[in-house]
This record gives sequence, C-alpha cells and structure tokens, in this order.
Amino acid sequence: MRPEAISRLADYDVAVVGGGSAGLSAAIAAYDAGATRVLVLERDVRLGGILNQCIHNGFGLHRFGEELTGPEYAARYERALGERPIDVMTQTTVLRVVPGQGIVAVSPEHGVFRICCKAVVLAMGCRERPRGALDIPGTRPAGVFTAGTAQHLVNVEGVLPGREVVILGSGDIGLIMARRLTLEGAHVRCVAELMPYSGGLKRNIVQCLDDFGIPLLLSHTVVGVEGQGRVSAITLAKVDDRLRPIPGTEERIPCDTLLLSVGLLPENELSREAGVRINPATRGAYVDDSLMTSVPGVFACGNVLHVHDLVDFVSEEAAHAGECAARYAMGDGSTDTGVAVTVVAGDGVRYTVPSSLHPRTMPEAVTLRFRVTGVREHCRLSAYLGNERVSTRRRDIVVPGEMQELKVRAEQLASAGGDEPLTVVVEGA
Amino acid sequence: MERETLTCIRCPRGCQVTVSLEGGEVVAVEGNCCPRGEAYARKEVTAPERVVTTTVPVDGSTDWAVVSVKTAGDVPKRLVESVVAELSGVRAEAPVHIGDVVLRDVCGTGVDVVATRDAI
Amino acid sequence: MGDPTWDVVVVGAGVCGCAIARELSRLQASVLVVEAREDVCCGTSKANSAIVHAGFDAPTGSLMARLNVEGASLFPQLSRDLDFAYERIGSLVVCTREEDLPALRALLERGRANGVPELSIVGRDDLVRMEPNVSDAAVAALWAPTGGICDPFDLTCALAENAAANGVSFSLNERVTGLHRLPDDTWGVSTTRGTRVARVVVNAAGVHADEVHGMASIQPMKIVPRRGQYELLDTTAGNHVRHTVFALPTKMGKGVLVTPTVHGNLLVGPTAEDIEDKDGTQTTAEGLARVREASMLTVRDIPFRETITSFSGLRAHRPEHEFAIGEVPDAPGFVDCAGIESPGLSASPAIGRMVAGIVRDILGLSEREGFVATRRGFPRLDRISLEDWDELVRKDPAYGRVVCRCCRVSEAQIRDACRRVPGARSVDGVKRRVGATMGRCQGGFCTPRIMQILCEEVPDLDLLGVCKSGPGSELAVARDKDGIGGEAHEA
Repeated sequence: MRPEAISRLADYDVAVVGGGSAGLSAAIAAYDAGATRVLVLERDVRLGGILNQCIHNGFGLHRFGEELTGPEYAARYERALGERPIDVMTQTTVLRVVPGQGIVAVSPEHGVFRICCKAVVLAMGCRERPRGALDIPGTRPAGVFTAGTAQHLVNVEGVLPGREVVILGSGDIGLIMARRLTLEGAHVRCVAELMPYSGGLKRNIVQCLDDFGIPLLLSHTVVGVEGQGRVSAITLAKVDDRLRPIPGTEERIPCDTLLLSVGLLPENELSREAGVRINPATRGAYVDDSLMTSVPGVFACGNVLHVHDLVDFVSEEAAHAGECAARYAMGDGSTDTGVAVTVVAGDGVRYTVPSSLHPRTMPEAVTLRFRVTGVREHCRLSAYLGNERVSTRRRDIVVPGEMQELKVRAEQLASAGGDEPLTVVVEGA
Repeated sequence: MERETLTCIRCPRGCQVTVSLEGGEVVAVEGNCCPRGEAYARKEVTAPERVVTTTVPVDGSTDWAVVSVKTAGDVPKRLVESVVAELSGVRAEAPVHIGDVVLRDVCGTGVDVVATRDAI
Repeated sequence: MGDPTWDVVVVGAGVCGCAIARELSRLQASVLVVEAREDVCCGTSKANSAIVHAGFDAPTGSLMARLNVEGASLFPQLSRDLDFAYERIGSLVVCTREEDLPALRALLERGRANGVPELSIVGRDDLVRMEPNVSDAAVAALWAPTGGICDPFDLTCALAENAAANGVSFSLNERVTGLHRLPDDTWGVSTTRGTRVARVVVNAAGVHADEVHGMASIQPMKIVPRRGQYELLDTTAGNHVRHTVFALPTKMGKGVLVTPTVHGNLLVGPTAEDIEDKDGTQTTAEGLARVREASMLTVRDIPFRETITSFSGLRAHRPEHEFAIGEVPDAPGFVDCAGIESPGLSASPAIGRMVAGIVRDILGLSEREGFVATRRGFPRLDRISLEDWDELVRKDPAYGRVVCRCCRVSEAQIRDACRRVPGARSVDGVKRRVGATMGRCQGGFCTPRIMQILCEEVPDLDLLGVCKSGPGSELAVARDKDGIGGEAHEA
C-alpha cells in the first residue's frame, strides 16, 4: 500500500481523527488557538460518538455547570464547531496515519484519499472488552452483549435486547444499563462484580440499582453460559481473593441475556501502525505535557489516550491537545523543548498522563491525571521531584474507579535537571 | 420512631447514613462524614426526586427511529416508573428539536418531558 | 409439496455436502441439498482448525490418507477457481525430546509412503530460524511445505454458491426425519417440511450421519461427537508463528496446534473430548486451560491476553477412525459420506469427487455442457491495495462505508453476502461470508448496523426478527416499553 499513489484531497493544519467528545473539543480548541484549516474525520454518519447513545443525564456538571444528557452535551459542542469554519467529513474511516505526511482515509464520497496535515490529533475513543477476553466458558448463543451494544439497541434502535438480564461488571455503563433495561420493561436479576468493590460511581449504584432493588453481588463472576439459540441460563460463582472462582459456590440463574461491562480498551490500532509508543498501563500513548505522543506532530486525547469516567474531563483534556496541536502546526518547526522530566507512577498510583514534562516549554500549570490502585481514605496525592514535594492535595477518599487530578506548576520544576523523575504517590494525610 | 438507612452519593466513600424519623420529621441523621451527607439524607428520605430519561419513537425522521427525552426537571422518585409508562404510548413527529416538549405535565407533576436531541 | 423427483438429495450442507453438490453439478442431474440449520457451514465445518493438512498423519493405504493427499493437492487450483482464502504456509511437527526422534522419522516415512511431496526433517537451528517462537525444548521438526490454512466458511460458501450457480437447489432449515424405499426404487425423504423424493440420497450429515444412516440401513454405524476447544487471538498476535505448528504425538500427550489464520489471527487448539451431546459445542474452563497448557509444549510466550474469543467444534468421529464413503449394501441408492473428521476439511475436494463419481455410476450420469467452474469471491479490504479499494468505491460507494472496523468489512460486502445464493440470513451468516464481527470487538460496534442491513436486504425481516444464527437466536426480543404501557402505577 503506497499512500503517495493515492489522490491528495486537501491540506490542513490540524486533522482530528474521531468526532466524538474528544475530537469535537480538540478541533474547536485547535481553531481557537490559531489553526485556520482544521478537519474532523468521523467514521459514523453523525458527530458525537458514544454520547449519542448515552441518553442518561449527568454530563456537563464541571464544563457547563448543569446536568445534561449525552446527546445534549454533544449538541453543544456540535453547535460550537458549526460556528467555526472547521471541515467535517462523516462516514469517513481513517485507514492510516502517516507521520509527517498526513492521513489516508476512505469514504463513499471520496473513495480512498489522503490529506496532508501538519499535526494530527488522535481521538478515536475506546471499545469494550468482549466475552472472549474473559474466556467465559459455555455455549455461544444470542443474548450475550456488551453493555454498550445493548445501550445502542435500546437507546438508538428502540429495541430491547432481552427480558431476563444478568449484568457482569459494575462499571458505570453496566449500572446505567441496569436502570435503562428495567425502565424499558426488562427484569435485571442482578449485577455481578468480580472485584470486592464497584468500579462505578456511588450515585449510579444508588440511582440505577438501589432505586429498583437490583442486587449488586461483589466478588462474583460468571463461570458458564447455557443455551443453544438464545441464552437460557448463566452460572455465577463467588471468587476468592485472587479472583478465582470458588468451587461449590456456583449458582445457576435462568435468564435470556448476559450483559458485559467488563472494561474499556483504547482503540489504538491506528496509533500503533503509525509507530506511536503505547503505555501498557493505560493501553494508550505515552504523551508529554502537550499531549504529543512519541511521534512528533501526533497528539492524543480522550479515551484513546486513557479511559476517563467523566466526559467533562475528556473535553478539557482534548481542548489542551487541540491547542497544542495548533501551536505545533502553526509554529516555526522548532522542536527544542529543553530538558524532559519523566513522570512516574509511584506508591498507590497505577499510571499517569502525561508521562513526561518539559519545564521550559510547558504551560504555567499542567494537570496530571491518574488512577489509584486501591481504595484509600484520608490521604494525600503528592508529586515529588527527588525528596522535594512539589505538589500535594488532600483527599478524604480515593477509589480506582475515579480519575484523580493533580496540578504541577512549571516554576516548581525549574530546577529539574532531567535525570530525576517526578513521582506521583498516594500517601498518608 | 422510624429509621431508614441509605447510601450517600455525594462522594465515592458512600457513607451508610441512618436517618431517624418521627411523624415524617427528621429527628436525627447518623453515619455521615460531612454536612453534605446530612443534607443529602434529609432530602432523600423526605422528598426524593429524580430526572427520568428514556426515548419515544419518532415518525418521519430520516436519521432516528427513536428520539431521546428527559423530564425537564426533577420528578418524585416514586413516579419514575409511572412517567415511563405514561410515555409508552407517546410518539413524536419529526422534525423534533432539542427542548421540544414531547409530553406536557407528565403524571400531573407539572413537569414536561422534552426532547434531548434533534431528529430531523 | 409438489416436489419433483430429484436425481440426488444431499443431506447436509457442510463442506462435504457442498463439495459433493458442486461436483454433481458438472453432471446431468437434478440435485437438492437439504440442511437442518439456517445456513451452509453450520456444523463441524464451521468450528475446526481451518488447516489443510499435508497428509502424513493417516495410516498408509487408508482412505483418509489417500483423500487427504489428493484433497490437499486440489486446494491451490480450487482456491483460484472459487476465490476463497487459502494460503500454503507449510506446517511443522515439532519434536521436543531426543528420544522421540525415531517417531518423527517414522512420521516422515509414513508421509512419503502416503505420497506427501517435499517432506523433510529440519534440525533445531533451522527450526528456530523458521519459527523464532518455537519452544526452547524443540529439537527438530518435520517440515511439510504443502500444508496450508484456509477459511472453511469461505470455502464452504464458495462451493455452495458455485453449485447453486450450476443449478443445484438448496433448502435450509429443513431437517431429515426419515427415509423409506418407494416401490419404484426411489427414496422417500421425510423432512420437517414434508417429503422429498430422490433416486439417490447422499448422507453428508456430519455428527448426525449415523442417525441418517440408520434411517436407511440396518448395518450399524456409530458417530461419536469429539469436541475440540480453541482459543482465537487478535491479529496483534497473528505473527507469533509463521507456519502451522503441531506437536509430535507422544506418550506425553497429543498436544495442540498453533497456527496463523487466513485472517491474520492466531488459533490455538483443539482439545479432543468424546462426548454424548451432538449439540455439545460449549467450551469448558478445563478444556480452555488444557489448550493453553498444551500449547506451551511447542510454542513459547503465546500472548493469551490477546484472546478475542474461544469456541469449540464437534468432529464426527467413528470408532474405526476411517472415512465411511460408499453406497450402503443393504440400501441401494443410499450413499454414505460419514465419519468425516480430521483431515476431512483437507480431503473435502477429493471427497466431493469420489462421492460424485459413485453417484454418477449408480445413475449412469453423463457430464453436462456449460458447467462454470469459477465463482467471484468477496474483496478483502484488509488485503487489497488502496488503489484497488478506491476502484471499488468508484463502482459502488458502499465500499467506502466501513461497517466492521476491526476486520475492515464495508457495507457493500455485507449487502453482497445477503444477495448471494445461498445468501446470508443472519448476523453469523454475514460473519461466515465476509468476516464482519470476527475481530477484536467481536461485533460490539457493528452488530446493530449489520442487523439494519439484513432488514434492508432480506424480504419481510424486521429488527425483532434478526437472528444471530437461525430461528430461536433472535437478538432483540421486543420494542422498548413493550408490555409496560397502560398499566401505569406508582412504584
């Protein structure tokens, strides 16, 4: 496949791959930061991405100070996008990101084409872990869905994927779907969660499960699926502290549907092919304070960078990526960013984004985003440069399901020599 | 004296808060770690409210089979399922725009049900 | 049902039934294939190792050995004629203990006696060059360059489409329930849809072949469903091995194979469990654990965290472990094609020829003019050049709408799959023909869109009728709020 043999459609400053919450925000910010030729490439027929099927409310509290539904939140960004001369190509699938050159894509209108651009923002989002990734034994009948597929069927197609439902995984999508299916006439038998705690927000446990009397079974998993045409039953079992099913605890539950809400995986196939280095902890790119990946001119944001729990933070992060991409595209080409400080996930921290900072060129303050490894009460989130604590924040409680933030100021890193990492830890208050 | 236990949703800790009631009046709130928990618990046991979101079928739209809707404000929690039931016979006609009223005064709550997306 | 008298009714539309039907379509004969399931390729043919064996396994002189070697030799031309995915990547039988080397050499000798070309034994150094992830314990391997991999769905559908294009009829969702001899020496074939009349009946019923045999003959036949469980890994793991890697069967066990697939995935398996239930295609925790464990014998560091699905299939095993092909002595005009277990897929082109030859001799059929040997396959957007893809979009813009992002399957191919004869009628029917939903998200994103396209392409189908794989596997059960209207009450 030779990209140069493909017809060149147009030239852009910044091309954004994906028109969901991250892509919309990145494109708007890129334009506002001075990139005059901005393009959004979206594979679906419409913009908005997964927000289109998230019809529940709770979006936008941070960003707009009010509670919006997913479609309403997306509409606000679409309107803002429409007010700017930003090009949008829907039904357009990006096939390759070619570092330093541009993008190869296909659409019904243009066939296979390429565009040249100075900077690319990756905003492809994530996908759900399927059943196979868990190796749940049993038959393979109809009625096993990921929660997101079920959400699409109920909220977009207007059909119910089942009547008697068991949900595995208590992440927010699983909880939200428990309520949605109940309201639309299904009976949710229970939500089973492998871990001893739920990964979902308390609010969702109360309003999606407790409100409807749906039991949450912690430390449980599905160990079997029965049924030939359609699911006829599943088998639940308790798990031990190493998350292995405990023999003798099996319980067979007749049902016609098993929903899986067992994790989200950033969709980085394009990124990998472009040579972007991927952090195994996030399955997203390693990025610096400008959210630029290991490939110059290629930026990443939103759920393709790391899985977020609130769309407001996706928008905020993506705006930063869009702004930095614009600056890169409009800049003089100088890439001298000076010394880089590596950001390391220390005690109690699973990963950090970004994973490196350039004290000389970084903004006045940079938000570190990360997740903790376990539940911890009355603690501090701190960043250390050597022995020096350069940033800290008290928290009453932190949980793995909730992304944490810590701001670091450039001036505090001025003394950094580059050989010492910035270590983020959870420590006693 | 009645006692009711609930999970506070104001932060991830999820305090188990116990509210004591006498004649429908809150006389004590225990188990909360902060004042937000007390305020939440008082409201939740006396007049719990929810926003309801669902969809209704839309006729004449090229893009959508159903249009997403919500109650324009909070409705009493005990009416959540009734709101959905009342919506079960309702259809919308394209074009629909965000904020268009799909059903007025649902279940006599004085709250309208409005579209949350455009369906042209 | 006002049905004609068919020259031949073939029972079963697996790879053998379809291969037989295609060979019969060269002859002046009316042919009907009846299939109990909703589509072709729904039994043993759909869940197996997808390997074209070189032919060194079966005992010299057996029917299995002969048809395997002949079948494998037919694959290259057949794959060009029918445009299905087949790659001659070669296979290695890995020996991990010095003391087993004589057994490896015996395998080489048996292969040569069976007529397998180009066999040789490679030492550890060459082996590591050929297969860098081979186990550290590997000492040598039998190298069979004529071994290959194929897409059994694609092969079976291609055979069926080509047979249909040459005049063969297919009737799906029709199960044979009885056979009886009619006074004019034809067969009455009772089915769930009525009675068919045939001059010759071919029994290609896979794991059910013993039941169909029993309807016609008093000679005993036993088919034991032998379950094989597999793990399928993402294309990110597809290069972990470059050839099909078998373990040399030893006292330590049979081992499992590790192979790339024609779709670029990595396939590991199978187990071999004799079970009772002919629908027993469930996987088990023990079986999958055994697959993982056994794979380590020959290949190291398999990235099982990249697993995207697991599945199991049933081989139609006969205790005699030999194909049973031929007219049944006490049932004139009834031809068995039974006990087709591994290497059945590899042998299928040769089985088709052999069975068609038997039928031709029984009925005294002659060749007909106008047989078309070729069939147009589906474009593989993940394989063709960008220029070729661009050309396709110019002709049909639907090639520009990617529906299955993981496997790069466009709307055009999905519609094409529905329009073929026999065509896709379910989500799995689409999967079998064009590969949509087979990737890393396992249909998470594209299933609703495929459901919509099926509704647009299949007459009288609506969303509530769309099945995963035939009646009883509907994906949606009701419209939203179905059954809750009118009973408004306070919670």
